[in-house]
Formats: sequence, C-alpha cells, structure tokens
Amino acid sequence: MIEYGGLISTSIIIGTFARAFMLRIDYRQFPSFPHSYIIHLTMGMIASALGAIVMPALLAKDYIAITFLTIGAQQFREIRNLERNSLDRIESTELIPKGSAYIEGIAKLFEARNYLALITSLATGIIYYFFNLIPAVILGVLVAYFLHLMVKGPHLSDIARVKIVPLTIKEFNIGVDDMMIMNVGEEKALEKWENEGIGIKIIPRDENSRATLFNEGQRQAILHDLSILMGVKLDKGMQQFTPLARLKIDKGILNIIIIPQEPDIEFIREAVKRIPVIESSQRKPLKSLMGRKAAD
Amino acid sequence: MEDISQNNIIVAIIVLKDKKNKVGGGVPIFYVEDKEEQKKISMLLARLMLGMVHDLGNGIKLIIKH
Repeated sequence: MIEYGGLISTSIIIGTFARAFMLRIDYRQFPSFPHSYIIHLTMGMIASALGAIVMPALLAKDYIAITFLTIGAQQFREIRNLERNSLDRIESTELIPKGSAYIEGIAKLFEARNYLALITSLATGIIYYFFNLIPAVILGVLVAYFLHLMVKGPHLSDIARVKIVPLTIKEFNIGVDDMMIMNVGEEKALEKWENEGIGIKIIPRDENSRATLFNEGQRQAILHDLSILMGVKLDKGMQQFTPLARLKIDKGILNIIIIPQEPDIEFIREAVKRIPVIESSQRKPLKSLMGRKAAD
Repeated sequence: MEDISQNNIIVAIIVLKDKKNKVGGGVPIFYVEDKEEQKKISMLLARLMLGMVHDLGNGIKLIIKH
C-alpha cells in the first residue's frame, strides 16, 4: 500500500471531479468536443495530482518536492498560450469573429480552472489528514463549489437593461430610434431589413456599465454571442446584412441592428441578458474618488 | 512598415444620367438611364467587387469596399 494512498487518491478524485464539473460544454462549444475536452480533463487531473501530493510531501518533510508546483504553474501558463493561439487561428473562419478580448478571457479561464482543481485537491488533502474520508469528500466538494461560484462573472443583465425595438428606416438608412447606423443601397436588402430586422437597445445602469459597454471587445463579444444563440442571416458576400453595434454617445446606450434567424422577441431578450461580461472589458470608474465625484 | 491599406473606399459610382454633374472623376462612373437600370447595375457591380451598395438619396449609388 502506498503511504497516504487514501489521502492522495481522494484528493485526486475530488479535484478531477471539480474540474470535470466546470468543464460543461455550453452553447459556446468551448472546449471543443471531444479532443479539447480530453486535453482539459487530463490537465485537470494533473493539477489535482499536484495538489494531492503537497500534504504527503510536507508530512514526509520532503520540502524540496513542493517545487514541483512551479513546474505545474509553468505548464498551466502554457495552456493559456495554447488556447489563445488556437482560437486566434480559427478567427478568420468565423463570419462574426469573437474579438481578441473574448479570446483572452477564454484563455485565462482555462488557466484559472486548473488552479482551482489544484486548490480543491489541496484542501481535500488537508482535511483528510486532520479528519477523515467522509469530511474530506464533503468539504472538498463544498470548496470546489464555492470556488466555482467565486469565479462566476457578471452577465449583461447585471449591468444593463435590454429592450427590443423595431428598426427606424428612413429612405435608405437603417437605425434605432433617431440614430442612423447603416446605409443600404440595395432595395431588396432594405426590404429584408424592414421585414425581418430588429433593433436591440442595451441601456447601462450606471457609470461602471457605461465604461464597460464603451469597450470594443465587449461589443464584439455581444455580436458574436448573439449570432450563435439567435442565428444571424448573413453570408460571406452579403455585407449588407452584417449586424452592427453603435453607441449613442450622449447616454452611452448601445444600439444593435441585426436580422436574427430566431424571430421570437422574448427569447432574443433573454439570450442577450445572459451574455457574459468580458473580464478584460470590465471597468469600474466608480471605485475611484474622481469617478464617484464625476458621476451624475 | 506602417499599414497603408485603405479601408472603406469608394470603388464605383452609379449615377442617373440627368444628375451627372453631381459627380467627378477618380473612380469608375457608370451613367444609367433610370432607377431600374441603376438598381440592376449596382447590384451586379457589388457582387462582382464584393462591395456594398450605398445610396446617397440624390440619385447617386456608391459601391464601397469595407
């Protein structure tokens, strides 16, 4: 029997379980199934193994072994670069690209989740040593759950209100309210916009949201997610149907024009509300003194 | 080396014959008899050049490459 075998195996299992739980595949299809999924699951297992051996190494007074963790950290940083390069490479195949801010967010997320697996299995190991198997499993799962809740980012509904409005079409200009966004010269295309296009208004709740929506990366991510969730009627040679997002500069309202595949307004509104806020686009001017004083 | 590629340039103009004094040179200009011909020609040109048709509202249609 391996010394501390129970501790190590429990920690690895809980850590891997935590990683697998976070690896659910949603509409965004990342990681892509099945190969990317397997890569990330295995990395999670390795991260858990690293976390699991910390306790036994300390107990055996083998302090040098802790430096193994730095090798792990190096590998996880590599994962971030790997994901970023891979996603960048397929950007040109997308009709509505994700944008580099979105990609950075995804890459950072994958690195962070490996660390979460490591922390979970480390916590499980510590609890196992001081108590027993059952508390270790229960508390390990709880730790994993809390970490998962902690890294959940805000969605658009947390920072803004969403309204679906009909498009304003004046002569050949398409827009939302009184703001012109696109000029379409082809009559047939104009008809399509008139019959099937919709306008989406994203109204920021406060100065923080205004600064976040100001960021191009966030806007591009909104358009990309919309095109996946709701579908967009578009193709390579048909730039006249490209969805566009433009800020109304007076109030910071984001106006979007789009021709969705899914015509149901309530679904579109719900989908927009659930779009995540990109981590690198988040701005919080209200946290500074000047920002608070300048707020109206 | 700086990026000197131009974006959003007019690649062609399609104008009604009676409005021809509203446009100058610099890009290919197509004179058409009426709105029907203008519609047809502008759509064809846009498809050929992978550009987008825009209408200025005064009888002039542009093909712009974005």
